[in-house]
Amino acid sequence: MLTFHMGTPNAYQIVVCASLVPDPLQTLEPLSGPAGPALKNEMILPAVLDPWASHALYEAAYLARQHPSSKVWLVSLAPKAKLQQVMMTVAQKAPFELVALDGPASGFTEAAEVAGALTEAIEAIPGLDRARLLVFGGWESAARGAGATMQMVGERLGIVDQFQGVDRLEVGADGSFEVLERVEGGKHRVSRCAGPPAVFGWATGSLPEPKNNPQVGMANMRTVMPALQKAKPVRLAGEGLTFASVTLPKQQRQTRIVKDAAPATIAAELREWLQQ
Amino acid sequence: MERILVLAHADADGSLGKAGREALTAALSLKDGLPDSTLALGLVGENVQTAADQAACCGATRFLGVAGAAFAQARYATDAAAAEGIAKAAEATLVLAAGTSRWLRCLPGVALRLGGRVDTHVTGLSVTAGKLAVHRWYYRQRMEAVLQRTVRPWVVAVDPGCHAAWQGTPAPAQLEQVPIATGDALERTTVVGQLEPAVEAQTIRPDARLLFVAGAGWTKKQADGQTHVPEAEQLILDFLGQSRASLGSTKSLVDLGGEGQAVLRFLSHLNQVGQTGSTPRHPKGLATCCHGEEPHTVGWRFITERRAISLDPNCGWARGKADVLYVADAFQVMAKLNELLAAGKS
Repeated sequence: MLTFHMGTPNAYQIVVCASLVPDPLQTLEPLSGPAGPALKNEMILPAVLDPWASHALYEAAYLARQHPSSKVWLVSLAPKAKLQQVMMTVAQKAPFELVALDGPASGFTEAAEVAGALTEAIEAIPGLDRARLLVFGGWESAARGAGATMQMVGERLGIVDQFQGVDRLEVGADGSFEVLERVEGGKHRVSRCAGPPAVFGWATGSLPEPKNNPQVGMANMRTVMPALQKAKPVRLAGEGLTFASVTLPKQQRQTRIVKDAAPATIAAELREWLQQ
Repeated sequence: MERILVLAHADADGSLGKAGREALTAALSLKDGLPDSTLALGLVGENVQTAADQAACCGATRFLGVAGAAFAQARYATDAAAAEGIAKAAEATLVLAAGTSRWLRCLPGVALRLGGRVDTHVTGLSVTAGKLAVHRWYYRQRMEAVLQRTVRPWVVAVDPGCHAAWQGTPAPAQLEQVPIATGDALERTTVVGQLEPAVEAQTIRPDARLLFVAGAGWTKKQADGQTHVPEAEQLILDFLGQSRASLGSTKSLVDLGGEGQAVLRFLSHLNQVGQTGSTPRHPKGLATCCHGEEPHTVGWRFITERRAISLDPNCGWARGKADVLYVADAFQVMAKLNELLAAGKS
């Protein structure tokens, strides 16, 4: 276990950080609770693995397949019961070993505290070889959307080769990486990195969502259930952070409905509008 | 008393870019609202004197710079080291920077190094009773929060486009160089270039006046029972060519490609707006053949004037979200619109 990658110099130890978010199709409503803002009916809202972090997991699984003896861990901080539900689906997508942390997955938690908890969990993975470590995650969550947690995890692990908005990672023959990161104007920045350790905050990547594979699911569940049972409770205090308000946008537009107008009439109106 | 530091990169030509000058405007408004606060400007780049001179009369009392070839690269290790060094030299309690891809990559790590906290994608700043608050959106622009912090330093990345860019007359600025050690450990990563979309490809372009959003309806069966994807592609490309609009798409349309269905070939995930895409800022938006919450709320949050073309008069997401909903066949309307735009140019 400790040195399973020995003799395969391009084997990677890939840790994917991913939490849960409410299903994007759900209507969300904030409410104020004793511990700060929360979502109405948060515990019963259907949840999914955070979308960009999901892409990170698929990319991790793909990279591990290309480099024998590599291994993928999924480190997730979320309410244990919800994590168990989501794992029923996610576990069928890609092979991984779950490291579960039982705590809030709310967007209103403090990124620095989340990063601290994730780092402790990563450091506690038995036999993790930091020299071969790649830390994956989404470049932003669909909850807090700050794009801050991954960098702080990297900092805590002493990793200063970090990339955000990653759409492509290619490993060269010499073990170096070529990385494409999203930058302004629909462009990609191309960087070369000497090799691991490194942090990658993934955007969409280039892989489609894998189809469910029950065999992968069965294999994963052998470690998922024990991981959930021994999930360490995590408390996030939000020290020094106060939410003065959390509100839904009130703006409701008075939509003018244009029916039964000829296409030429509509086109003329649109042209005038475009030229204003 | 807050010691405000604005961090900015010098552009390739040495100047202070628009996003950096927007952050400077935000900082100046805070300086006015926070009694006894001071302002410093920290610059990072290959050569930063020109940028310092450009902002000499902005009201900053200190100009700090980290310069050198190693700092020309948009690289986490050197950018973080430079920002950390400047923030410590300035003894900053409040660090403001533009939320560019370059700063967003490293600022959270910098905040951790400084023992502070970070907030990104900040869309507004306010001071009430001498206390600073930042405004930002949660759950992909579905709800807006106003939050305050007691922990310092507080690093704040302001979204571009939320403040006017500061303008002033250049003058010689007294630049203090902050020495930062570089070396192999900080230069394991090298930026080798940028990949731009192909000339004919269209993406989200922040400078465009119009966001055109193509929905999955373009690839569905039309009134004759057939799909007309090639015609849809041509109509959209013609319109983009005429209008110079930014092209957005819905997740469902982009995903269709992965499912083996007919898709518009020029669309990729980079066009996607909404939950797992971008939330662009444009003065105007035109949604076509879209249905669902994503394009009309999340993706359109920061679109000022919105119009939609849809065959569904009862689309619950267009109603109340768009200013005008045209109940019509987008194929016919866009063909006529292209004719009019072409005639206007000839």
